[in-house]
Amino acid sequence: MTALLLREIRLGVRAGGGALTGALFFLAVVSAIPFAVGPDTNLLARLGPAVLWIGALLAGLLGLDRLFQADREDGSLDLMIVARDTHMLVATVFVKCVAHWLVALLPLVVAAPVFGLLMNMNAIAIGAATLTLLVGTPAIAFVGAAGAAVAVALPRGGLLVSVLVLPIAIPVLIFGVSASYAAVNEPDPFLPPFLILAALTLFMAVIGPLAAAVALRYAAD
Amino acid sequence: MLRCNEAAIRLSMWGAMQLAVVDLAGERGGEPIFTGISFLLVAHGSIVVTGPNGAGKSTLLRVLAGLLPTAGGSIAWEGGGEEWPTLAGSTHYLGHSNAMKPALTVAENLGFWRDFHGSHRASVVEALDKVGLSGIGHLPFGYLSTGQKRRASIARLLVSRRPLWLLDEPTSGLDRASEARFAALMEEHLASGGMIVAATHLPLGLSGAKTLEMSGRRSHGSHREDFDALASAAGGF
Repeated sequence: MTALLLREIRLGVRAGGGALTGALFFLAVVSAIPFAVGPDTNLLARLGPAVLWIGALLAGLLGLDRLFQADREDGSLDLMIVARDTHMLVATVFVKCVAHWLVALLPLVVAAPVFGLLMNMNAIAIGAATLTLLVGTPAIAFVGAAGAAVAVALPRGGLLVSVLVLPIAIPVLIFGVSASYAAVNEPDPFLPPFLILAALTLFMAVIGPLAAAVALRYAAD
Repeated sequence: MLRCNEAAIRLSMWGAMQLAVVDLAGERGGEPIFTGISFLLVAHGSIVVTGPNGAGKSTLLRVLAGLLPTAGGSIAWEGGGEEWPTLAGSTHYLGHSNAMKPALTVAENLGFWRDFHGSHRASVVEALDKVGLSGIGHLPFGYLSTGQKRRASIARLLVSRRPLWLLDEPTSGLDRASEARFAALMEEHLASGGMIVAATHLPLGLSGAKTLEMSGRRSHGSHREDFDALASAAGGF
């Protein structure tokens, strides 16, 4: 399983892996917002956490369709399914999700503080948004795996994956943004939405790979 | 001499294994492809599945590998003991595609499958040596020619131990010399107690292989005489 993790990370960072595509898309979304909203710095600061979260969510959905499709096209997926007695398919999917998060989503979390400055957010808001992204983005990877597995046989399933995954990812967005806001708006408590966000991630970490494994098992033809 | 001993040890470990397929039917997308396939494969045995395009050779192999559900009949894997309890876990599947990433080097690709499959046999360097690809392990897989890619993929069978090899057109893209080398590798695998089911329309150079003829739409590849003969032979084990 370590071998699988290393392979996925290598593939992600090598040429054509598309690890940076998400980060660049994130940059494009966040840097376009101030131009659209105008020079009202207070308004920007208020929008900040929401924009960071929407940017990260969309960027996270971007590379999902290739999660299993690349392996299916070159036959690796067949071998992973044949090997299901030594490595449970759920575990294989889980490791692939973790690798996808490390390569495609962790860079977004790392870049978030910098992009927060573009949105004129103060230090506490930036810290809270980054923390919620760190805790919430794994959920996107796990839900995304289920969507990617369902659409694995479709040659241009990219948009379909996003449409399938987005509704399930909305709670993550809601609690991520509300926790970020609660950190700066005094009367609102930070901890409850943050803990629900963490619970969502843990819940998705179980449900996502399980659903993806079932979908992959029956998508083989 | 050492080789003989090794083979003898393997034989005693793998000797009782058998794959019994009875009245197997396969379908794709609800369309029946073949019915009534029966054969018995014991250690050291090999079956070459032949037939025209679309006869269901690949479907048969995918059903055996557990990638497709059976539409009827049964597949039984017996005598694997604790090491090889299930059919899928005892199988190397070599499909049409090579299951290698073009962006990774040949050695990285092979090393990954070696670690992923476990049951280490040959090292990556040894395996590449055996398929005649020594010295190119550092090249990205995408740089290789079609034949070299196939050979690298064959090397995957050598890095981990699995008693049953399911080979789908294994020699497509190989030149004469490589075909001969691959035939020798298959003989070696059989000599150590392995089994092979190969779908092909090219002669593989396997001596003593049974032939299973699949004859086009709704194949009835009955193999009853062999089944009975092999069954009685297996009883003697």
